[in-house]
Amino acid sequence: MYEAIAFYLFSALTIGLFLITVMSKNVLYAMTSLAAGMVLISGFFFILGADFLGVVQLIVYVGAVMALYSFAMMFFDATRDIKEKNTPASLVFLLGGLSALVLVLMFAGPIHSEAIQALYPMHEGVGNAQDVGIVLFTKYLVPFEVAAVMLLVAMIAGIILAGKKMDQSLTKDTSVDDEDEILKQKDAK
Amino acid sequence: MIGLSHYLIVSAILFSIGLMGVLRRRNLLMLFFATEVMLNAVNIAFAAISHYYNDLTGQMFAFFIIAIAASEVAVGLGILIVLYKKHGSLDLDDLATMRG
Repeated sequence: MYEAIAFYLFSALTIGLFLITVMSKNVLYAMTSLAAGMVLISGFFFILGADFLGVVQLIVYVGAVMALYSFAMMFFDATRDIKEKNTPASLVFLLGGLSALVLVLMFAGPIHSEAIQALYPMHEGVGNAQDVGIVLFTKYLVPFEVAAVMLLVAMIAGIILAGKKMDQSLTKDTSVDDEDEILKQKDAK
Repeated sequence: MIGLSHYLIVSAILFSIGLMGVLRRRNLLMLFFATEVMLNAVNIAFAAISHYYNDLTGQMFAFFIIAIAASEVAVGLGILIVLYKKHGSLDLDDLATMRG
């Protein structure tokens, strides 16, 4: 009963918030509704008994990714409305629906759902975090390490891409150049 | 009672919303938001299948998807900042320089 109420509430809110994200003209509105939708998606995970996944969703998505987006938005003018030359909505609806249908048929068609057996079953009386830890550090140890290296590479790439010429202002390029020239002249002397 | 198909339908609707955003948007930052929506929709489907088949593999895949999404955002935002410094705009029509 409560599960059904929570499910319908969360799904209606998530769909509405993500529609705002996709349709809104303002970056700030889009980002805020995206963050709220991600909090509600972690609610789905808690209903489904995937406690650890829900906490990771909250920490990584709502904590890290949205903070990164909001920091990046300081570089762009966030208050101004975005002027886009949008493609006609009916065409997009048709194409999006059709391709989603094709994808579902492609991936769900060959699956014979009665034949699926649990490879790593959950245990009764053991918490979700313990179960996840055991499977993650035995069967999925190598992908885990590879993911760690990938995150390190992404961090270095982000620092190098965004940190280049960070001392220069985006709006006052000329004055900074002048200061550079003054410094160079001082060095020359 | 809520079954697996309920969750899969919600996930499909969210994925369609994200796909619509990717097709419709012209601003690069908004395109990133739409890809986040799609990734989250897939995560819901994985967690639901994992719950209803009593199998942990779905949750594992969801973890790796979250890790990949985090690194995608880190690199993607760096590229966005470089593009904005170079062109002063994030509109895809302004950035199209290889028109034949």
